[in-house]
Amino acid sequence: MTRNANSNLSAQMAKWRSDFPVLQQNINGHPLVYLDNGASSQRPLAVIEAERHYASHLHSNVHRGVHSLSALATDAFEGARESVRRFLNARSTREIIFTRGTTESINLVAQSYGGSQLRAGDEILITTLEHHSNIVPWQMACKAAGATLKVAAINRRGELDLASFKALLSPRTRLVATSHVSNALGSVLPVAQIVALAHAQGVPVLLDGAQAIPHLSIDVQALDCDFYVFSGHKLYGPDGIGVLYGRESLLEAMPPWQGGGDMILTVSFTETTYNQLPYKFEAGTPHISGAIGLGAAIDYVTQIGLKNIAEWEQHLLHHATAQLSTIEGLTIIGTAEDKASLVSFTVDGIHPHDLGTILDQSGIAIRTGHHCAMPVMQFFGLPATARASFAFYNTMDEIDQLVTAVRSAQHLFR
Amino acid sequence: MDLKDLYRDVILDHNKSPRNRGDLPPPARAAQGHNPLCGDQLTVYALMDGDILKDVRFEGSGCAISVASASLMSEAVKGKSKAEIATLFHAIHDLLTRADAPTPVQLGKLAALSGVREFPARVKCASLCWHTLNQALAGADTPITTE
Ligand SMILES: Cc1ncc(COP(=O)(O)O)c(C=O)c1O
Repeated sequence: MTRNANSNLSAQMAKWRSDFPVLQQNINGHPLVYLDNGASSQRPLAVIEAERHYASHLHSNVHRGVHSLSALATDAFEGARESVRRFLNARSTREIIFTRGTTESINLVAQSYGGSQLRAGDEILITTLEHHSNIVPWQMACKAAGATLKVAAINRRGELDLASFKALLSPRTRLVATSHVSNALGSVLPVAQIVALAHAQGVPVLLDGAQAIPHLSIDVQALDCDFYVFSGHKLYGPDGIGVLYGRESLLEAMPPWQGGGDMILTVSFTETTYNQLPYKFEAGTPHISGAIGLGAAIDYVTQIGLKNIAEWEQHLLHHATAQLSTIEGLTIIGTAEDKASLVSFTVDGIHPHDLGTILDQSGIAIRTGHHCAMPVMQFFGLPATARASFAFYNTMDEIDQLVTAVRSAQHLFR
Repeated sequence: MDLKDLYRDVILDHNKSPRNRGDLPPPARAAQGHNPLCGDQLTVYALMDGDILKDVRFEGSGCAISVASASLMSEAVKGKSKAEIATLFHAIHDLLTRADAPTPVQLGKLAALSGVREFPARVKCASLCWHTLNQALAGADTPITTE
């Protein structure tokens, strides 16, 4: 891309940045440089305002009252579900279930699908790259059923070893669960190949889209995955709300997960009949304002365009990779060919935790630690890394500040 | 806040060249400490001679604050009685957590850790080794965590 086109995009993105109140403040006496978007992204005014509007004008319980306010709240809530459906290109809103987030979505599938399908001797196949929330629910489900958790290997660049994946996909595999983008390293997994390989054996696939959803445009029909899960708070939306997309035929066959109001049609003490999809999986009063905030976040992201977002973030990634690589003693962990906009790294002689504190004193927020992916850290023989993760509102200048701050940390620890 | 308050020369020095690093064979007691927030793992070995801590070693991975704190601790407690160590423990606890605490004189070099209290997220890094030592002295072998 030419310098000019680059600066056009840069100017365009800078305009969106002003929509984020959190980014307009000083931290420790310096303008905030927020590079922890992989943990949670910030919210634009459009999202804050949507939640405020709901609380000020529309709040009531959904699916219950005959009164006008309940109808307004229900319309707004179901409108958000339609926004999610469109965003994922799902066939129907019956396939869109609101949850508390990625973690709850995976637990729902592990307990309902896993609980009803898994038998002793069966297997679930995941990868080394998973976040703990795509490991532990499967361990629990496997333990309950006497099934086994299999883990596909990765290479030194942090890419999935497809040969290992193929070798572990067996007639006993009941489900494949894998991240779409690794949170610890940024690697984009070859999900099209994963789905094709699994489907060839009749095995359904769950994709953990927590880190993919803010960077890649997702079409669940094109991906042909069976479950897709993500969290609102990593997509510029509120925390406490997330999504489970599930293929309708699978969701239909799955038993309800939690019991309570909203998920039933009729209840007596001898028998209960369950509500239709998606309500069968939404027991109790949902996070109505969260869903509405998520709908607003989706509208906002759509307005910017995921294509523009991805293009700018790839510039940021390349700039960060190039600049950080000039620092002696700095090692980038995770060098997959296809990467989302985050850089995990270590610096000789400085523990990531110290680096995090030192950068914070310059107003720079990064994540340090094991990133809830201890098996990835073990693979690289590291207790922890520092991770800078970029959003479309980040600037080239912020990356330069990161690089300068890492150099001054080295100076301090000389 | 100045980073030099946290990362004083004494701390940087003990991080770079930790004293008493390594292990001790039985009959020395060992205790493990774990800080789940940053993944710090620490093992403290304590060899007793009656009521006196005759020798002490530590090993594990951690940030500069946790390594320096363990190193400084090992120097401060070696040759001390359990009661003297308990007094030090309370003094260091106050130093790390109470903004208004005057630095007790008996702390000596350990006073270099006083900057940590300005960084609340890091207090556990400095205190992990002390909790782990206590565990070793008590002779219990359940792993301790800072959570
Ligand atoms: C890849 C991945 N999966 C799952 C999660 C869990 O998401 P949540 O905590 O929002 O449920 C995260 C969050 O860090 C993640 O990055």
